[in-house]
Amino acid sequence: MVAVRGLRKRFGRLDVLKGIDLRVPRGGAVALIGPSGSGKSTLLRCINLLDTPDAGSVRVGDRRLDFDGRRRLPPDREMAAFRARAGMVFQGFNLFPHMSVIDNVMSGPVVVKGVKRDVARPMALSLLDRVGLAGKAGDHPASLSGGQKQRVAIARALAMEPEVMLFDEATSALDPKLVGEVLAVIRDLARGGMTTVLVTHEMAFARDVADRVAFMRDGVVVEEGPARQVIEDPREPATRTFLGHFHGGRSAPAAP
Amino acid sequence: MHYEWDFGFLWQYRGLIGIGIAYTVGFTLLTSVLGFLAGAVIALGRIAGRPWMAAPLVALMEVFRCTPVLVQLVWIYYALPVLVGVELSPAAAAVITLSLYGGAFYAEIIRGGIRGVEPGQWDAGRALGMTRAKLMRSVVLPQALRRMVPPLVNQTILQLKNTSLVSTLAVPDLLYQGQLITSATYRPLEVYTMVAVVYFAILLPLTQLARLLETRPSRVAA
Ligand SMILES: Nc1ncnc2c1ncn2[C@@H]1O[C@H](COP(=O)(O)OP(=O)(O)O)[C@@H](O)[C@H]1O
Ligand SMILES: [Mg+2]
Repeated sequence: MVAVRGLRKRFGRLDVLKGIDLRVPRGGAVALIGPSGSGKSTLLRCINLLDTPDAGSVRVGDRRLDFDGRRRLPPDREMAAFRARAGMVFQGFNLFPHMSVIDNVMSGPVVVKGVKRDVARPMALSLLDRVGLAGKAGDHPASLSGGQKQRVAIARALAMEPEVMLFDEATSALDPKLVGEVLAVIRDLARGGMTTVLVTHEMAFARDVADRVAFMRDGVVVEEGPARQVIEDPREPATRTFLGHFHGGRSAPAAP
Repeated sequence: MHYEWDFGFLWQYRGLIGIGIAYTVGFTLLTSVLGFLAGAVIALGRIAGRPWMAAPLVALMEVFRCTPVLVQLVWIYYALPVLVGVELSPAAAAVITLSLYGGAFYAEIIRGGIRGVEPGQWDAGRALGMTRAKLMRSVVLPQALRRMVPPLVNQTILQLKNTSLVSTLAVPDLLYQGQLITSATYRPLEVYTMVAVVYFAILLPLTQLARLLETRPSRVAA
């Protein structure tokens, strides 16, 4: 599970997260929605410490880290171990261009955990199979389509056997034709019991896949509730205004 | 004006010339390796170290980048021993100077190469749980090195040319041996032509290599 309490983050004089509380039970899926700049990415990055919170606490599984401005940060090794427990998928894929597809997927186990390559390889292959790319193991990322790249990135994150998967607009950089294949993988994962936090602009997808939806604006969670209720019948005027923009046809179809 | 070219006499000086080539190539190799290491320390200190580490490293680097290497060479040979109270042989002074001088430039090449790696690559490695050292070794440096190779080769070419300055401290490099042979034979035209041809013969393959590496499409290794 994931639990965020009183999370605060500022960049210089910009208050980006103003005290966020969020809980995702084990096996649950929460979608974060909200306008650009509301702090969704920063929240995900704070959950796996790519950005260091200024205050509050972050819990992933049975490990919790507390932050306040005065306390010294945990050592690099400890931060890295904490990050290893959360898998992250980025809008821009961020595959390692100097490694083949299979080496990308093996990189977590081999580099981080020190697993032998011949042990890591079959596991990586079965993950590639799971995202429908077993045939691409020896290829280089540059030769893949965006949808394939993102599926490799998902397999790479899964190879660390994370307690939670964080998706930051995983389909926003994709050709609309390729969105479906990636959403399908994410949906299968979430339905298969992977604890999931996903930032998305695909409202229909959020409604179908997430148990709960949190609407963020200006660094606060304005509304949080069951997915169907928040998307279809939001309580807060701000949520309603935001969702209004999506009913003009931008609401993307759910995955096939 | 007529001049009788005669390169034949150079054969009897082949031993001296060989020693000169060995010194020139040896100094280049030694000061390139030491310079690269110094550059790596400066670059990594600036990128990964604490802020208080960066300032002295930058200061050292700028001193070496902004003064002529010949001035550095004579300063380190004559002035540094007085300041720190140790005798320096000409060869030692030459190695120190050329390594630090090269290091100042290698540092910028290395830093530029590392900075050129996309932030998303750092994010991806860190998100997997890599420590700083593993991230550098497995993700950042392999990508940075590929961009750094052409400028590193270019800097090494300059490094080899700069070794000719050590002749001013009577280190027997190729140029110094040429001067010796000239004073024994009074045939500077042949001697310095030979010296230039030897430098050229060593460097031409290197410049071609640098060009090859620059035009090669960024190949991705497994
Ligand atoms: N590293 C950073 N440095 C400075 N400002 C940042 C940084 N990251 C994000 N911000 C700012 O924080 C705010 C929230 O950004 P972000 O979390 O990316 O929002 P969202 O993902 O909801 O669009 C934006 O104003 C953004 O410009
Ligand atoms: Mg974002």
